[in-house]
Amino acid sequence: MKTNVTDMTVRDKNAQIAHEIRLGQKKRARRARIYKHIFLIGMSIVMLYPLFWLFASSLKPENEIFSTLTLWPSEFNWNNYTEGWNALPKSFTVFYMNSAIVTVLSVIGNLLSCSFAAYAFARLQFNGKNLFFALMMMTLMIPYHVVLIPQYVLFLNLGWVDTYLPLVVPRFLASDAFFIFLMVQFFRQLPRELDEAAMIDGCSPYKIYWAIILPLSLPAMGTAAIFSLIWVWEDFLAPLIYLNDIKSYTVPLALRLFLDQEGQSIFGQMFAMSVLSLVPVIVFFIAFQKLIVRGIATSGMK
Amino acid sequence: MKKFFRRNAPAYVFLSPWFVGFFLLALGPILASMYLSFTRYDMVGDPRWVGLDNYEYMFERDRRFWKALEVTFTYVALAVPARLAMALGVAMLLDKGLRTIGLYRAIFYLPSLLGSSIAIAILWRQLFSVDGVVNQVLAKFGIEGAAWISDPNTSLYTLVILAMWQFGSPMLIFLAGLRGIPRDLYEAAEIDGTSKRRQFFRITLPLLAPVIFFNLVLQTIEAFKTFSSAFIISNGTGAPADSLLFYTVYLFNEAFKFFRMGYASALAWVLLLIIGFFTAVTFFTSKYWVHYENERD
Repeated sequence: MKTNVTDMTVRDKNAQIAHEIRLGQKKRARRARIYKHIFLIGMSIVMLYPLFWLFASSLKPENEIFSTLTLWPSEFNWNNYTEGWNALPKSFTVFYMNSAIVTVLSVIGNLLSCSFAAYAFARLQFNGKNLFFALMMMTLMIPYHVVLIPQYVLFLNLGWVDTYLPLVVPRFLASDAFFIFLMVQFFRQLPRELDEAAMIDGCSPYKIYWAIILPLSLPAMGTAAIFSLIWVWEDFLAPLIYLNDIKSYTVPLALRLFLDQEGQSIFGQMFAMSVLSLVPVIVFFIAFQKLIVRGIATSGMK
Repeated sequence: MKKFFRRNAPAYVFLSPWFVGFFLLALGPILASMYLSFTRYDMVGDPRWVGLDNYEYMFERDRRFWKALEVTFTYVALAVPARLAMALGVAMLLDKGLRTIGLYRAIFYLPSLLGSSIAIAILWRQLFSVDGVVNQVLAKFGIEGAAWISDPNTSLYTLVILAMWQFGSPMLIFLAGLRGIPRDLYEAAEIDGTSKRRQFFRITLPLLAPVIFFNLVLQTIEAFKTFSSAFIISNGTGAPADSLLFYTVYLFNEAFKFFRMGYASALAWVLLLIIGFFTAVTFFTSKYWVHYENERD
Protein backbone atom coordinates (compact mmCIF):
# COMPACT_ATOMS: atom_id res chain seq x y z
CA MET A 1 0.00 0.00 0.00
CA LYS A 2 2.60 2.43 1.08
CA THR A 3 4.76 1.88 -1.94
CA ASN A 4 1.74 2.46 -4.09
CA VAL A 5 1.19 5.95 -2.71
CA THR A 6 4.76 7.02 -3.32
CA ASP A 7 4.41 5.52 -6.74
CA MET A 8 1.44 7.75 -7.43
CA THR A 9 3.17 10.92 -6.32
CA VAL A 10 6.27 10.03 -8.23
CA ARG A 11 4.18 9.41 -11.33
CA ASP A 12 2.34 12.72 -10.85
CA LYS A 13 5.57 14.54 -10.48
CA ASN A 14 7.00 12.86 -13.57
CA ALA A 15 3.93 13.75 -15.55
CA GLN A 16 4.20 17.34 -14.44
CA ILE A 17 7.88 17.48 -15.34
CA ALA A 18 7.17 15.93 -18.72
CA HIS A 19 4.41 18.47 -19.27
CA GLU A 20 6.73 21.35 -18.41
CA ILE A 21 9.43 19.99 -20.69
CA ARG A 22 6.96 19.72 -23.50
CA LEU A 23 5.73 23.28 -22.94
CA GLY A 24 9.32 24.48 -22.91
CA GLN A 25 10.08 22.60 -26.07
CA LYS A 26 7.09 24.11 -27.80
CA LYS A 27 8.11 27.60 -26.72
CA ARG A 28 11.68 27.03 -27.78
CA ALA A 29 10.57 25.58 -31.11
CA ARG A 30 8.40 28.62 -31.76
CA ARG A 31 11.21 31.00 -30.88
CA ALA A 32 13.61 29.04 -33.10
CA ARG A 33 11.11 29.26 -35.92
CA ILE A 34 10.84 33.04 -35.58
CA TYR A 35 14.63 33.43 -35.61
CA LYS A 36 14.76 31.21 -38.65
CA HIS A 37 12.22 33.31 -40.49
CA ILE A 38 14.05 36.51 -39.60
CA PHE A 39 17.28 35.04 -40.88
CA LEU A 40 15.73 33.70 -44.06
CA ILE A 41 13.95 36.98 -44.80
CA GLY A 42 17.22 38.86 -44.34
CA MET A 43 18.94 36.43 -46.63
CA SER A 44 16.20 36.72 -49.24
CA ILE A 45 16.72 40.49 -49.28
CA VAL A 46 20.47 40.07 -49.78
CA MET A 47 19.88 37.51 -52.54
CA LEU A 48 17.39 39.68 -54.39
CA TYR A 49 19.10 43.02 -53.80
CA PRO A 50 21.31 42.84 -56.92
CA LEU A 51 18.22 42.27 -59.07
CA PHE A 52 16.31 45.12 -57.40
CA TRP A 53 19.34 47.33 -57.86
CA LEU A 54 19.51 46.47 -61.54
CA PHE A 55 15.85 47.31 -62.01
CA ALA A 56 16.04 50.51 -59.97
CA SER A 57 19.15 51.66 -61.83
CA SER A 58 17.44 51.10 -65.14
CA LEU A 59 14.94 53.78 -64.15
CA LYS A 60 17.29 56.29 -62.55
CA PRO A 61 18.78 59.38 -64.16
CA GLU A 62 22.40 58.70 -65.08
CA ASN A 63 23.92 60.77 -62.23
CA GLU A 64 21.96 58.93 -59.56
CA ILE A 65 23.01 55.37 -60.36
CA PHE A 66 26.32 55.32 -58.55
CA SER A 67 25.78 58.13 -56.08
CA THR A 68 23.04 56.78 -53.82
CA LEU A 69 22.08 53.48 -52.26
CA THR A 70 18.41 54.38 -52.27
CA LEU A 71 16.59 52.12 -54.67
CA TRP A 72 13.73 54.54 -55.29
CA PRO A 73 14.61 56.82 -58.24
CA SER A 74 14.01 60.55 -57.75
CA GLU A 75 12.22 60.50 -61.08
CA PHE A 76 11.21 57.57 -63.22
CA ASN A 77 13.26 57.61 -66.37
CA TRP A 78 11.31 55.27 -68.60
CA ASN A 79 13.06 56.63 -71.67
CA ASN A 80 16.04 54.47 -70.73
CA TYR A 81 13.90 51.68 -72.10
CA THR A 82 12.74 53.41 -75.26
CA GLU A 83 16.16 54.89 -76.01
CA GLY A 84 18.02 51.72 -75.04
CA TRP A 85 15.84 49.75 -77.42
CA ASN A 86 17.28 51.77 -80.30
CA ALA A 87 20.71 52.62 -78.89
CA LEU A 88 22.62 50.07 -80.95
CA PRO A 89 23.15 50.01 -84.75
CA LYS A 90 20.16 47.67 -85.01
CA SER A 91 17.06 47.91 -82.87
CA PHE A 92 16.35 45.34 -80.19
CA THR A 93 13.31 44.26 -82.17
CA VAL A 94 15.78 42.55 -84.50
CA PHE A 95 17.75 40.96 -81.66
CA TYR A 96 14.62 39.64 -79.96
CA MET A 97 13.35 38.20 -83.21
CA ASN A 98 16.70 36.47 -83.76
CA SER A 99 16.76 35.08 -80.23
CA ALA A 100 13.17 33.92 -80.57
CA ILE A 101 13.89 32.06 -83.82
CA VAL A 102 16.96 30.32 -82.41
CA THR A 103 15.23 29.48 -79.14
CA VAL A 104 12.00 28.10 -80.57
CA LEU A 105 13.80 25.93 -83.15
CA SER A 106 16.29 24.70 -80.56
CA VAL A 107 13.61 23.74 -78.05
CA ILE A 108 11.70 21.79 -80.70
CA GLY A 109 14.92 20.06 -81.75
CA ASN A 110 15.86 19.17 -78.20
CA LEU A 111 12.44 17.76 -77.36
CA LEU A 112 12.17 15.63 -80.49
CA SER A 113 15.65 14.20 -80.77
CA CYS A 114 16.23 13.70 -77.04
CA SER A 115 12.88 12.00 -76.48
CA PHE A 116 13.61 9.66 -79.41
CA ALA A 117 16.92 8.63 -77.91
CA ALA A 118 15.51 8.45 -74.39
CA TYR A 119 12.68 6.19 -75.54
CA ALA A 120 15.14 3.76 -77.12
CA PHE A 121 17.34 3.72 -74.00
CA ALA A 122 14.47 3.44 -71.53
CA ARG A 123 12.04 1.07 -73.24
CA LEU A 124 13.61 -0.89 -76.10
CA GLN A 125 15.99 -3.82 -76.18
CA PHE A 126 18.83 -3.71 -78.70
CA ASN A 127 22.41 -4.74 -79.30
CA GLY A 128 24.96 -2.34 -77.86
CA LYS A 129 22.49 -0.67 -75.50
CA ASN A 130 24.82 -0.53 -72.51
CA LEU A 131 27.74 0.68 -74.56
CA PHE A 132 25.75 3.46 -76.20
CA PHE A 133 24.22 4.48 -72.91
CA ALA A 134 27.66 4.73 -71.32
CA LEU A 135 28.92 6.78 -74.27
CA MET A 136 25.92 9.08 -73.99
CA MET A 137 26.57 9.60 -70.28
CA MET A 138 30.22 10.35 -71.00
CA THR A 139 29.29 13.14 -73.38
CA LEU A 140 27.65 14.83 -70.38
CA MET A 141 31.11 15.39 -68.97
CA ILE A 142 32.78 16.76 -72.09
CA PRO A 143 33.20 20.52 -71.98
CA TYR A 144 31.90 22.33 -75.02
CA HIS A 145 35.33 23.93 -75.40
CA VAL A 146 36.86 20.57 -76.31
CA VAL A 147 34.69 20.00 -79.38
CA LEU A 148 34.42 23.65 -80.27
CA ILE A 149 37.31 23.98 -82.73
CA PRO A 150 36.62 20.92 -84.92
CA GLN A 151 32.91 21.79 -84.90
CA TYR A 152 33.78 25.28 -86.03
CA VAL A 153 35.98 23.94 -88.84
CA LEU A 154 33.18 21.59 -89.87
CA PHE A 155 30.50 24.30 -89.94
CA LEU A 156 32.85 26.71 -91.68
CA ASN A 157 33.43 24.18 -94.46
CA LEU A 158 29.70 23.63 -94.77
CA GLY A 159 29.30 27.37 -95.22
CA TRP A 160 27.14 27.62 -92.10
CA VAL A 161 29.02 30.36 -90.27
CA ASP A 162 26.87 33.50 -89.93
CA THR A 163 23.71 31.45 -90.14
CA TYR A 164 21.65 29.93 -87.33
CA LEU A 165 22.33 26.40 -88.51
CA PRO A 166 25.32 25.76 -86.19
CA LEU A 167 23.13 26.82 -83.25
CA VAL A 168 20.01 24.90 -84.23
CA VAL A 169 21.03 21.75 -86.11
CA PRO A 170 23.03 20.19 -83.23
CA ARG A 171 19.88 20.39 -81.12
CA PHE A 172 18.07 18.25 -83.66
CA LEU A 173 20.87 15.70 -83.24
CA ALA A 174 20.34 15.18 -79.50
CA SER A 175 23.63 16.91 -78.72
CA ASP A 176 22.47 17.92 -75.25
CA ALA A 177 22.71 14.59 -73.46
CA PHE A 178 21.30 16.16 -70.33
CA PHE A 179 17.80 16.08 -71.67
CA ILE A 180 18.20 12.46 -72.79
CA PHE A 181 19.19 11.58 -69.25
CA LEU A 182 16.28 13.52 -67.77
CA MET A 183 13.77 11.81 -70.04
CA VAL A 184 15.26 8.34 -69.56
CA GLN A 185 14.75 8.78 -65.81
CA PHE A 186 11.13 9.68 -66.39
CA PHE A 187 10.29 7.06 -69.04
CA ARG A 188 11.66 4.30 -66.83
CA GLN A 189 9.08 5.07 -64.17
CA LEU A 190 6.13 4.49 -66.49
CA PRO A 191 4.58 1.05 -66.00
CA ARG A 192 5.93 -1.56 -68.43
CA GLU A 193 2.54 -3.22 -68.69
CA LEU A 194 1.40 -0.40 -70.94
CA ASP A 195 3.98 -1.25 -73.59
CA GLU A 196 3.36 -4.96 -73.25
CA ALA A 197 -0.40 -4.60 -73.60
CA ALA A 198 0.01 -2.34 -76.60
CA MET A 199 2.51 -4.75 -78.11
CA ILE A 200 0.04 -7.62 -77.78
CA ASP A 201 -2.59 -5.44 -79.46
CA GLY A 202 -0.18 -5.16 -82.37
CA CYS A 203 1.19 -1.67 -81.75
CA SER A 204 4.60 -0.94 -83.25
CA PRO A 205 7.30 0.69 -81.10
CA TYR A 206 6.75 3.89 -83.09
CA LYS A 207 3.09 3.91 -82.23
CA ILE A 208 3.85 3.16 -78.57
CA TYR A 209 6.21 6.11 -78.42
CA TRP A 210 3.75 8.45 -80.04
CA ALA A 211 0.47 7.27 -78.50
CA ILE A 212 1.51 6.09 -75.04
CA ILE A 213 4.90 7.29 -73.85
CA LEU A 214 4.77 10.85 -75.14
CA PRO A 215 1.29 11.72 -73.83
CA LEU A 216 2.19 10.30 -70.41
CA SER A 217 5.44 12.25 -70.29
CA LEU A 218 4.13 15.77 -70.58
CA PRO A 219 5.62 16.83 -67.20
CA ALA A 220 9.09 15.62 -68.23
CA MET A 221 8.69 17.24 -71.63
CA GLY A 222 7.62 20.45 -69.94
CA THR A 223 10.63 20.44 -67.64
CA ALA A 224 12.98 19.80 -70.54
CA ALA A 225 11.30 22.46 -72.65
CA ILE A 226 11.62 25.11 -69.95
CA PHE A 227 15.24 24.36 -69.19
CA SER A 228 16.27 24.21 -72.79
CA LEU A 229 14.37 27.43 -73.46
CA ILE A 230 16.16 29.26 -70.65
CA TRP A 231 19.60 27.87 -71.51
CA VAL A 232 19.31 28.60 -75.21
CA TRP A 233 17.99 32.07 -74.47
CA GLU A 234 21.02 32.80 -72.27
CA ASP A 235 23.52 31.01 -74.50
CA PHE A 236 26.50 33.20 -75.24
CA LEU A 237 29.50 31.18 -76.41
CA ALA A 238 28.03 29.55 -79.52
CA PRO A 239 26.42 32.75 -80.87
CA LEU A 240 29.66 34.60 -80.08
CA ILE A 241 31.57 32.25 -82.34
CA TYR A 242 29.12 31.69 -85.16
CA LEU A 243 27.37 35.05 -85.57
CA ASN A 244 29.52 37.88 -86.90
CA ASP A 245 26.95 40.07 -88.57
CA ILE A 246 25.17 42.42 -86.21
CA LYS A 247 21.93 41.81 -88.14
CA SER A 248 21.89 38.23 -86.89
CA TYR A 249 22.95 38.93 -83.26
CA THR A 250 20.97 37.37 -80.44
CA VAL A 251 20.06 39.38 -77.33
CA PRO A 252 23.12 38.37 -75.21
CA LEU A 253 25.50 39.38 -78.01
CA ALA A 254 23.69 42.69 -78.36
CA LEU A 255 23.98 43.36 -74.62
CA ARG A 256 27.70 42.90 -74.90
CA LEU A 257 27.86 45.74 -77.43
CA PHE A 258 26.85 48.12 -74.65
CA LEU A 259 30.07 47.30 -72.85
CA ASP A 260 32.15 48.70 -75.70
CA GLN A 261 30.44 52.05 -75.18
CA GLU A 262 30.59 52.06 -71.39
CA GLY A 263 32.46 55.37 -71.27
CA GLN A 264 29.65 57.22 -72.95
CA SER A 265 27.37 57.17 -69.91
CA ILE A 266 24.65 54.93 -71.20
CA PHE A 267 24.49 52.83 -68.05
CA GLY A 268 20.78 53.46 -67.63
CA GLN A 269 20.03 52.13 -71.10
CA MET A 270 22.36 49.18 -70.68
CA PHE A 271 20.62 48.24 -67.43
CA ALA A 272 17.20 48.71 -68.99
CA MET A 273 18.01 46.29 -71.80
CA SER A 274 19.59 43.87 -69.29
CA VAL A 275 16.37 43.88 -67.28
CA LEU A 276 14.34 43.17 -70.40
CA SER A 277 16.59 40.26 -71.34
CA LEU A 278 15.90 38.66 -67.94
CA VAL A 279 12.13 39.15 -68.09
CA PRO A 280 11.32 36.05 -70.19
CA VAL A 281 13.38 33.86 -67.85
CA ILE A 282 11.75 35.27 -64.72
CA VAL A 283 8.26 34.98 -66.21
CA PHE A 284 8.86 31.36 -67.15
CA PHE A 285 10.31 30.65 -63.74
CA ILE A 286 7.30 32.05 -61.94
CA ALA A 287 4.85 30.31 -64.26
CA PHE A 288 6.52 26.90 -64.20
CA GLN A 289 8.23 26.90 -60.83
CA LYS A 290 6.81 23.52 -59.83
CA LEU A 291 8.06 21.77 -62.96
CA ILE A 292 11.49 23.33 -62.63
CA VAL A 293 11.93 22.42 -58.97
CA ARG A 294 10.74 18.87 -59.51
CA GLY A 295 12.94 18.50 -62.56
CA ILE A 296 16.05 19.41 -60.62
CA ALA A 297 15.23 17.34 -57.59
CA THR A 298 14.77 14.20 -59.66
CA SER A 299 17.55 14.59 -62.18
CA GLY A 300 20.04 16.86 -60.50
CA MET A 301 20.63 19.50 -63.10
CA LYS A 302 22.86 22.51 -62.86
CA MET B 1 21.19 -11.11 -90.00
CA LYS B 2 17.51 -10.68 -90.65
CA LYS B 3 16.77 -11.47 -87.03
CA PHE B 4 19.35 -8.93 -85.88
CA PHE B 5 17.71 -6.35 -88.08
CA ARG B 6 14.20 -7.08 -86.90
CA ARG B 7 15.24 -6.94 -83.27
CA ASN B 8 17.20 -3.71 -83.51
CA ALA B 9 15.60 -1.67 -86.26
CA PRO B 10 13.13 0.36 -84.19
CA ALA B 11 15.70 1.26 -81.53
CA TYR B 12 18.29 2.28 -84.11
CA VAL B 13 15.72 4.40 -85.91
CA PHE B 14 14.92 6.21 -82.67
CA LEU B 15 18.61 6.59 -81.91
CA SER B 16 19.60 7.76 -85.40
CA PRO B 17 19.62 11.51 -84.66
CA TRP B 18 21.73 10.82 -81.60
CA PHE B 19 24.10 8.57 -83.58
CA VAL B 20 24.68 11.29 -86.17
CA GLY B 21 25.18 13.86 -83.44
CA PHE B 22 27.47 11.62 -81.43
CA PHE B 23 29.80 10.88 -84.33
CA LEU B 24 29.70 14.29 -85.99
CA LEU B 25 29.55 16.57 -82.97
CA ALA B 26 31.19 14.62 -80.13
CA LEU B 27 33.40 11.65 -81.01
CA GLY B 28 34.57 13.02 -84.36
CA PRO B 29 35.49 16.44 -82.98
CA ILE B 30 37.28 14.90 -79.99
CA LEU B 31 39.47 12.80 -82.28
CA ALA B 32 39.90 15.69 -84.70
CA SER B 33 41.00 17.99 -81.92
CA MET B 34 43.51 15.38 -80.83
CA TYR B 35 44.94 15.36 -84.35
CA LEU B 36 44.88 19.17 -84.55
CA SER B 37 46.72 19.37 -81.24
CA PHE B 38 49.79 17.92 -83.01
CA THR B 39 49.64 20.51 -85.78
CA ARG B 40 50.01 24.19 -86.44
CA TYR B 41 46.78 25.41 -87.97
CA ASP B 42 45.65 28.98 -88.62
CA MET B 43 42.54 28.14 -90.68
CA VAL B 44 44.07 29.71 -93.78
CA GLY B 45 46.41 26.96 -94.93
CA ASP B 46 46.20 23.26 -94.14
CA PRO B 47 47.17 21.94 -90.70
CA ARG B 48 50.93 21.34 -90.54
CA TRP B 49 52.20 18.41 -88.42
CA VAL B 50 54.53 19.59 -85.66
CA GLY B 51 54.56 16.56 -83.38
CA LEU B 52 54.65 17.39 -79.70
CA ASP B 53 55.67 21.03 -80.22
CA ASN B 54 52.39 22.45 -78.92
CA TYR B 55 52.55 20.43 -75.71
CA GLU B 56 56.21 21.19 -75.22
CA TYR B 57 55.56 24.90 -75.60
CA MET B 58 52.55 24.68 -73.29
CA PHE B 59 54.29 22.96 -70.41
CA GLU B 60 57.74 24.48 -70.70
CA ARG B 61 57.45 27.98 -72.03
CA ASP B 62 53.87 29.24 -71.93
CA ARG B 63 53.54 31.24 -68.75
CA ARG B 64 49.95 32.22 -69.52
CA PHE B 65 48.96 28.53 -69.63
CA TRP B 66 50.22 28.07 -66.09
CA LYS B 67 48.54 31.29 -65.03
CA ALA B 68 45.27 30.08 -66.54
CA LEU B 69 45.61 26.80 -64.63
CA GLU B 70 46.31 28.68 -61.41
CA VAL B 71 43.30 30.98 -61.85
CA THR B 72 40.96 28.12 -62.74
CA PHE B 73 42.10 25.81 -59.96
CA THR B 74 41.91 28.58 -57.38
CA TYR B 75 38.42 29.36 -58.57
CA VAL B 76 37.29 25.72 -58.45
CA ALA B 77 38.85 25.20 -55.02
CA LEU B 78 37.07 28.25 -53.58
CA ALA B 79 33.80 28.37 -55.49
CA VAL B 80 32.75 24.72 -55.29
CA PRO B 81 33.07 24.22 -51.50
CA ALA B 82 31.61 27.68 -50.86
CA ARG B 83 28.61 27.01 -53.04
CA LEU B 84 28.01 23.53 -51.64
CA ALA B 85 28.35 24.74 -48.04
CA MET B 86 25.82 27.50 -48.70
CA ALA B 87 23.51 25.04 -50.43
CA LEU B 88 23.66 22.49 -47.62
CA GLY B 89 23.32 25.09 -44.87
CA VAL B 90 20.26 26.71 -46.38
CA ALA B 91 18.72 23.35 -47.31
CA MET B 92 19.00 22.25 -43.66
CA LEU B 93 17.43 25.48 -42.48
CA LEU B 94 14.54 24.99 -44.88
CA ASP B 95 14.17 21.30 -44.20
CA LYS B 96 13.07 21.33 -40.59
CA GLY B 97 10.60 23.24 -38.48
CA LEU B 98 9.11 25.48 -41.16
CA ARG B 99 5.78 24.90 -42.74
CA THR B 100 6.01 27.19 -45.75
CA ILE B 101 9.26 27.07 -47.61
CA GLY B 102 8.02 27.48 -51.19
CA LEU B 103 8.69 31.20 -51.42
CA TYR B 104 12.17 31.02 -49.87
CA ARG B 105 13.04 28.12 -52.12
CA ALA B 106 11.96 30.08 -55.19
CA ILE B 107 13.88 33.20 -54.16
CA PHE B 108 17.06 31.28 -53.44
CA TYR B 109 16.82 29.32 -56.65
CA LEU B 110 16.17 32.24 -59.00
CA PRO B 111 19.84 33.39 -59.18
CA SER B 112 20.85 29.93 -60.42
CA LEU B 113 18.65 30.37 -63.44
CA LEU B 114 19.80 33.90 -64.18
CA GLY B 115 23.40 33.57 -63.09
CA SER B 116 25.08 32.63 -66.35
CA SER B 117 23.31 35.28 -68.40
CA ILE B 118 25.15 38.24 -69.83
CA ALA B 119 22.82 40.66 -68.04
CA ILE B 120 24.00 39.36 -64.66
CA ALA B 121 27.66 39.54 -65.68
CA ILE B 122 27.10 43.16 -66.69
CA LEU B 123 25.37 43.79 -63.38
CA TRP B 124 28.24 42.17 -61.44
CA ARG B 125 30.78 44.45 -63.10
CA GLN B 126 28.87 47.44 -61.78
CA LEU B 127 28.15 46.07 -58.30
CA PHE B 128 31.87 45.60 -57.72
CA SER B 129 33.14 48.66 -59.57
CA VAL B 130 35.08 51.30 -57.64
CA ASP B 131 31.98 53.41 -57.02
CA GLY B 132 29.64 50.40 -57.06
CA VAL B 133 27.10 49.26 -54.50
CA VAL B 134 29.48 47.04 -52.54
CA ASN B 135 31.87 49.87 -51.83
CA GLN B 136 29.01 52.22 -50.98
CA VAL B 137 27.72 49.75 -48.40
CA LEU B 138 31.21 49.27 -46.98
CA ALA B 139 31.64 53.05 -46.78
CA LYS B 140 28.49 53.22 -44.63
CA PHE B 141 30.35 51.07 -42.10
CA GLY B 142 33.44 53.24 -42.43
CA ILE B 143 35.38 50.61 -44.38
CA GLU B 144 37.27 51.66 -47.44
CA GLY B 145 36.49 49.14 -50.18
CA ALA B 146 38.85 47.74 -52.75
CA ALA B 147 38.78 48.27 -56.50
CA TRP B 148 37.45 44.68 -56.68
CA ILE B 149 37.14 43.97 -60.40
CA SER B 150 39.99 46.20 -61.53
CA ASP B 151 42.35 44.99 -58.80
CA PRO B 152 44.13 41.70 -59.73
CA ASN B 153 44.28 40.73 -56.04
CA THR B 154 40.52 40.79 -55.55
CA SER B 155 38.98 40.28 -58.99
CA LEU B 156 38.73 36.50 -58.73
CA TYR B 157 36.78 36.76 -55.48
CA THR B 158 34.01 38.69 -57.21
CA LEU B 159 33.49 35.62 -59.39
CA VAL B 160 33.58 33.32 -56.37
CA ILE B 161 30.85 35.46 -54.82
CA LEU B 162 28.89 35.23 -58.06
CA ALA B 163 29.22 31.45 -57.85
CA MET B 164 28.03 31.46 -54.22
CA TRP B 165 25.05 33.59 -55.17
CA GLN B 166 23.96 30.72 -57.42
CA PHE B 167 23.72 27.99 -54.81
CA GLY B 168 20.11 27.25 -55.74
CA SER B 169 20.29 24.03 -57.71
CA PRO B 170 22.56 22.06 -55.35
CA MET B 171 20.28 23.37 -52.58
CA LEU B 172 17.25 21.80 -54.26
CA ILE B 173 19.10 18.50 -54.64
CA PHE B 174 20.17 18.61 -50.98
CA LEU B 175 16.57 19.33 -49.96
CA ALA B 176 15.37 16.26 -51.84
CA GLY B 177 18.15 14.25 -50.14
CA LEU B 178 17.30 15.53 -46.67
CA ARG B 179 13.66 14.58 -47.20
CA GLY B 180 14.86 11.01 -47.69
CA ILE B 181 16.42 10.74 -44.24
CA PRO B 182 13.99 8.99 -41.84
CA ARG B 183 12.76 11.36 -39.12
CA ASP B 184 12.82 8.69 -36.39
CA LEU B 185 16.63 8.63 -36.53
CA TYR B 186 16.67 12.20 -35.23
CA GLU B 187 13.94 11.47 -32.71
CA ALA B 188 15.88 8.51 -31.35
CA ALA B 189 19.03 10.65 -31.17
CA GLU B 190 17.05 13.39 -29.39
CA ILE B 191 15.85 10.92 -26.74
CA ASP B 192 19.40 9.70 -26.23
CA GLY B 193 20.37 13.31 -25.63
CA THR B 194 22.65 13.55 -28.65
CA SER B 195 23.72 17.11 -29.38
CA LYS B 196 22.65 18.80 -32.61
CA ARG B 197 26.27 18.93 -33.73
CA ARG B 198 26.70 15.23 -33.24
CA GLN B 199 23.43 14.53 -35.01
CA PHE B 200 24.76 16.45 -37.99
CA PHE B 201 28.02 14.53 -38.14
CA ARG B 202 26.60 11.12 -37.24
CA ILE B 203 23.26 11.12 -39.07
CA THR B 204 22.90 13.88 -41.62
CA LEU B 205 26.34 13.81 -43.21
CA PRO B 206 26.72 10.03 -43.60
CA LEU B 207 23.21 9.54 -44.96
CA LEU B 208 23.60 12.49 -47.28
CA ALA B 209 26.98 11.32 -48.61
CA PRO B 210 25.64 10.03 -51.96
CA VAL B 211 23.92 13.35 -52.60
CA ILE B 212 27.00 15.32 -51.57
CA PHE B 213 29.06 13.18 -53.90
CA PHE B 214 26.67 13.76 -56.76
CA ASN B 215 26.64 17.52 -56.20
CA LEU B 216 30.41 17.63 -55.85
CA VAL B 217 31.03 15.93 -59.21
CA LEU B 218 28.44 18.05 -60.97
CA GLN B 219 29.57 21.35 -59.51
CA THR B 220 33.28 20.69 -60.07
CA ILE B 221 32.73 19.98 -63.75
CA GLU B 222 30.49 23.02 -63.93
CA ALA B 223 33.11 25.23 -62.31
CA PHE B 224 35.85 24.13 -64.72
CA LYS B 225 33.55 25.09 -67.58
CA THR B 226 32.84 28.65 -66.34
CA PHE B 227 33.07 30.99 -69.30
CA SER B 228 30.51 33.72 -70.00
CA SER B 229 30.72 35.58 -66.71
CA ALA B 230 34.53 35.48 -66.67
CA PHE B 231 34.62 36.57 -70.30
CA ILE B 232 32.31 39.55 -69.78
CA ILE B 233 33.75 40.66 -66.45
CA SER B 234 37.32 40.52 -67.76
CA ASN B 235 36.47 42.31 -71.02
CA GLY B 236 37.13 39.12 -72.93
CA THR B 237 40.83 39.11 -72.16
CA GLY B 238 41.34 37.78 -68.63
CA ALA B 239 42.27 41.26 -67.39
CA PRO B 240 43.34 42.75 -64.98
CA ALA B 241 46.87 41.34 -65.12
CA ASP B 242 45.50 37.94 -66.22
CA SER B 243 43.86 37.52 -62.82
CA LEU B 244 40.63 36.41 -64.53
CA LEU B 245 42.36 34.34 -67.19
CA PHE B 246 40.08 31.34 -66.84
CA TYR B 247 41.24 28.33 -68.81
CA THR B 248 38.20 28.55 -71.08
CA VAL B 249 38.80 32.25 -71.73
CA TYR B 250 42.43 31.58 -72.62
CA LEU B 251 41.42 28.74 -74.94
CA PHE B 252 38.79 30.89 -76.62
CA ASN B 253 41.25 33.71 -77.27
CA GLU B 254 43.95 31.42 -78.61
CA ALA B 255 41.43 29.88 -81.00
CA PHE B 256 39.18 32.70 -82.11
CA LYS B 257 41.24 35.81 -81.56
CA PHE B 258 44.70 34.63 -82.61
CA PHE B 259 43.54 31.68 -84.73
CA ARG B 260 46.12 29.33 -83.22
CA MET B 261 43.74 26.41 -83.70
CA GLY B 262 46.39 23.74 -83.27
CA TYR B 263 47.59 25.12 -79.98
CA ALA B 264 44.04 25.74 -78.78
CA SER B 265 43.21 22.11 -79.55
CA ALA B 266 46.11 21.02 -77.37
CA LEU B 267 44.71 23.25 -74.62
CA ALA B 268 41.30 21.66 -75.14
CA TRP B 269 42.73 18.17 -74.75
CA VAL B 270 44.51 19.08 -71.54
CA LEU B 271 41.23 20.48 -70.21
CA LEU B 272 39.46 17.24 -71.10
CA LEU B 273 42.12 15.22 -69.29
CA ILE B 274 41.92 17.46 -66.22
CA ILE B 275 38.16 17.14 -65.96
CA GLY B 276 38.34 13.41 -66.67
CA PHE B 277 40.98 13.04 -63.97
CA PHE B 278 38.93 14.88 -61.36
CA THR B 279 35.78 12.96 -62.15
CA ALA B 280 37.67 9.67 -61.99
CA VAL B 281 39.32 10.55 -58.68
CA THR B 282 35.99 11.51 -57.14
CA PHE B 283 34.46 8.28 -58.38
CA PHE B 284 37.27 6.03 -57.17
CA THR B 285 37.57 7.63 -53.75
CA SER B 286 33.80 7.67 -53.33
CA LYS B 287 33.70 4.08 -52.09
CA TYR B 288 35.59 5.19 -48.98
CA TRP B 289 33.17 7.86 -47.95
CA VAL B 290 29.91 7.22 -49.79
CA HIS B 291 27.75 4.41 -48.53
CA TYR B 292 24.48 3.77 -50.24
CA GLU B 293 21.64 2.83 -47.99
CA ASN B 294 20.42 -0.11 -50.02
CA GLU B 295 23.90 -1.41 -50.70
CA ARG B 296 23.20 -4.79 -49.16
CA ASP B 297 20.14 -5.53 -51.27
